[in-house]
Amino acid sequence: MTPKEHAKRHPEIWRKFSPRETLVRYAWMFGIVLVAAWSLRNLDIPWFYFLDAHKQVADLFRRMVPPDWGHFSEVMMPLIETIHIATLGTIVTYALALPVAFMAARNTTPNKLIWFIGRFILVSSRSINTIVWALIFVAIFGPGPVAGVWAIAFRSIGFMGKLIAEAIEEIDHGAVEAIEATGASRLQVLMLGVLPQVWPVILGTTVYRWDINIRESTVLGFVGAGGIGIQLYSSINLFAWDQVAVMLLSILAVVILSEFVSATVRAKIT
Amino acid sequence: MFEVTDLEIQYPNGYKALHGVTLTVSEPQVVAIIGSSGAGKSTLIRCINRLVEPTAGSIKLDGLELTTLGGSGLRKARRRIGMIFQEYNLVERLTVMENVLSGRLGYVSFWRAYRRNFPPQDIQNAYELLERVGLEGRENTRADALSGGQRQRVGIARALMQKPDILLVDEPTASLDPKTSRQIMRLICELAHEFGTPALVNIHDVALAQASADRIIGLSDGRLVFDGKPEDLNEEALTLIYGEEDWSSTIKDDGDDEEEGVAGLTKAKTKAGNGLISEGAAG
Repeated sequence: MTPKEHAKRHPEIWRKFSPRETLVRYAWMFGIVLVAAWSLRNLDIPWFYFLDAHKQVADLFRRMVPPDWGHFSEVMMPLIETIHIATLGTIVTYALALPVAFMAARNTTPNKLIWFIGRFILVSSRSINTIVWALIFVAIFGPGPVAGVWAIAFRSIGFMGKLIAEAIEEIDHGAVEAIEATGASRLQVLMLGVLPQVWPVILGTTVYRWDINIRESTVLGFVGAGGIGIQLYSSINLFAWDQVAVMLLSILAVVILSEFVSATVRAKIT
Repeated sequence: MFEVTDLEIQYPNGYKALHGVTLTVSEPQVVAIIGSSGAGKSTLIRCINRLVEPTAGSIKLDGLELTTLGGSGLRKARRRIGMIFQEYNLVERLTVMENVLSGRLGYVSFWRAYRRNFPPQDIQNAYELLERVGLEGRENTRADALSGGQRQRVGIARALMQKPDILLVDEPTASLDPKTSRQIMRLICELAHEFGTPALVNIHDVALAQASADRIIGLSDGRLVFDGKPEDLNEEALTLIYGEEDWSSTIKDDGDDEEEGVAGLTKAKTKAGNGLISEGAAG
């Protein structure tokens, strides 16, 4: 092999993308910048507000410190109500999401129509925000924590149902087949063949969703669906920032606690 | 009495897995089914309890036609057919006892099964079977904490909990080491005879099949090509079932009893010699 032949077979240049591919990649980047620029233009952002933003932050901080800790006794009950809304909402979700998950998993659904209905429930539940669900249920049940519980439940069905359905689709089919082969009924196969296999996922997502729901239920009061959000909203409107600070700090404490509980429980599941 | 007549399976893509298999088992015997991978062994066995749907032919268990059953009729028939799987197919996160008792699901209601409230005689029977398969004291162990051989023992107990009229055994030893394979195969054959249950056993290990079964059936390309006693399985038969190969070291020579030891030695020597020669050739 002459050096020339050698260089031809073992070139010094290697490119991951062909020139054409490189061009396409730059075109994509340019396109994204273009979209961002277009959004900024259309939003009509009043830039002069940004000029004194640092002063506003400092001012807000001065009003919040020191927090009005005497206000805590009034915040206590709404805070507990918030946790109750999240817990009840999660329990309702658990009861509703399980059957929907079995409907929406390809390997456990009885037929195509039921599968479609299950998927539709999951998608519509997730596509509507908790606050919007709360507005709907406040209109139905009137203001108060009942509306909050249903809003939490309806938003969570999509989340839990989707994750559980995906877990159901990934189970070991052999065990299911073995249970079927003993002459078990459909429900028995689901209960003894499928359910034990997805049980860790069910427990894990339930606790995880409860943790998310505690965070979500803190703002439900903004639209009248109960919890600490009502007080938070009125204190903000009254510019009582020292009270707002107390509420934000206590919400933070509860959220950290729930996250700790959820992480501990999920780590324990085997 | 178990009869399969002209059983055929054709998949939607036109491929035929079984071409008219006919087979009768009229006494409680262990029938080993041998044949290459893809010859239709598993398909044949799975047709019987309808995990696979046959497209033509008939399967009769004590006169009951199984191919046309549906719904509760099929579930009732499945209660009488026990099945043991290659990958054991236990519900891993359930205990040994729950897995064994699941053999009775066809006989208890949903709520009794939900509360794990099985009839006392079923529970007693489960304890007896656990002892029989060598797992006494392990009833509360989770299935995923057991070894392969132990899991297969649970699988055997689950199948026998059904008090089946026929046992379907699909490659029971293919995932096990040689020693455990022999123990498991011996256990299955002993129990089949003890319970007077005919057993159809798919198996790849020809020597093990010959040593343990009462009858051997050979499948090739979805056709029955051999049906006889284990001692009738000679090189000619194996060539018919699997194709051309040197079978001299595979089959057990029942003919010359007094020479067996010597013959065995000679074979081992020849084999070792062959191994050496081929190694030398390869190097």
